Amino acid sequence: MTATDPHRTIQAIWRIEAPRLIAGLTRMTRDVGRAEDLAQEAFVRALEDWPQSGVPEKPGAWLMTVARRRALDEIRRSKRTEEKHAALGREIDERQETSVQDLEASFDEDFGDDLLRLIFVACHPVLPAEARVALTLRLLGGLTTPEIARAFLVPEATLAQRIVRAKRTLAEARIPFEVPTGIDRGARLASVLEVIYLIFNEGYTATVGDDWIRPTLCEEALRLGRVLAGLAPKEPEPHGLVALMEIQASRLKARVTSDGDPVLLLDQNRGLWDYLLIGRGLAALERSQALSMSMGPYTLQAAIAACHARARRAEETDWQRIAELYGVLAARMPSPIVELNRAVAVAMAQGPEAGLELVDALQHEPSLAHYHLLPSVRGDLLQKLGRKDEARREFERAAVLTQNERERALLLSRAAAMGVQD
Amino acid sequence: MRFMVIVKANPESEAGVMPNNEILTEMTKFNEELVKAGVMLAGEGLQPSSKGARVRFEGKKRTVIDGPFAETKELIAGFWIWQVRSRDEAIEWLKRAPFQEGDVELRQIFEAEDFGKELTPELREREERLRSRAEELQKGSR
Repeated sequence: MTATDPHRTIQAIWRIEAPRLIAGLTRMTRDVGRAEDLAQEAFVRALEDWPQSGVPEKPGAWLMTVARRRALDEIRRSKRTEEKHAALGREIDERQETSVQDLEASFDEDFGDDLLRLIFVACHPVLPAEARVALTLRLLGGLTTPEIARAFLVPEATLAQRIVRAKRTLAEARIPFEVPTGIDRGARLASVLEVIYLIFNEGYTATVGDDWIRPTLCEEALRLGRVLAGLAPKEPEPHGLVALMEIQASRLKARVTSDGDPVLLLDQNRGLWDYLLIGRGLAALERSQALSMSMGPYTLQAAIAACHARARRAEETDWQRIAELYGVLAARMPSPIVELNRAVAVAMAQGPEAGLELVDALQHEPSLAHYHLLPSVRGDLLQKLGRKDEARREFERAAVLTQNERERALLLSRAAAMGVQD
Repeated sequence: MRFMVIVKANPESEAGVMPNNEILTEMTKFNEELVKAGVMLAGEGLQPSSKGARVRFEGKKRTVIDGPFAETKELIAGFWIWQVRSRDEAIEWLKRAPFQEGDVELRQIFEAEDFGKELTPELREREERLRSRAEELQKGSR
């Protein structure tokens, strides 16, 4: 056997080339939707031509030439129409001028800058988060609409609509095709990072759906993160996000039993961790920390994850450092959840009493009123302090609040282990 | 999914001859492409087998055999680890590598989800036992 199915080969080429193709064509047309159509038309041409003619030596350049020619024809045609309607005004559209110049540029050029622009456009805050996620996977992940629909458990038609609406919103809002600078940049970058981390978490925490989804989304998010970090190498937070994702992904094999039961971090068999990913994560964390003295939220979370990754046994975990890092994170983005995590770290570092003090301060936090982990953590600390009666009540309260059956069973058995009420 | 890309040795690599500048430049460019696409996880070139060794296992007996090893074409001169979305994509990337001759092999790496299905009940049970033993040991050391 020497050859694989040409259609599958072309499909693979599409996945490799599509993001750059769409990015380059968006620069030309200033319209993401049109650019994607043009790229897809070129792809259809390839499906027709290549099985006979063979795959060209530079398939990406071939696709780009076909799509650009098509775009140029359209622009000329609309220009002629414009000239015929000269009475309506002679305003020359600036974007058409740019595109003619662009065609003269070499086909070997690096589309990196366009790719970065496309990432910023697809993740523009003008779009709701779910639309940003769908558009990013479609334009930059090369995932098909049915694939994205399956991943997010929404009907295909709904997802297709979401993408159409997103493209329309971008066109109507006249979102410029550029990498934001100045004061805008921070918020825009945060939006990009959020989208990538959302995709990752969707894969990381998915408990329903087909088997392929979890690894596919995690890998896609990791890939996008690495691409982004490569395109904006001077920004610390993309490296921080990559570090966080690589380290979390390193535990994929260890975090569930073969029956699908979750295994808590401290109970995981560290021999199952992926040390290639851990090494990559630690390296990315170093890059982020070398770029900036003050750590952003993703870098901080990566630094915490790294403390666990560096400990060969759970008992060797540097809880003091983790507690400090949570302290910085809590100051940077105050959140009761971060505070609860800090309490756990403090309890591990300084003993259950110190942790309990922090947890008690959260007792009347309205956003945690229905959060099962609050009584669960409190119960755990009370148990360690030998206050069994109080601990039992907390475990029972947590059991009522949790949505997860397996967790409920575990909490009830912990409550029962505290003995009968006197 | 991940693939290991295995580059075989040739008389030059076995003689420790470094590739010329042109090849190195092209290889660097290719590696940059892989990194930019988020595909490359790792990649290393290996020193000649004359600096390596083999350990032969025969029951409880171990025999150390020093390199070099004769069967040059069977030896490995380097490898990459790539993360891609399909076998076809891995093949497509490999086609773009700047090699002039020889075979380069692609092998898929087992992932967590492969074991979920493939583990036989016996193996799974053994793994469970190992895990609970590891847990006991951990608890004991606390």
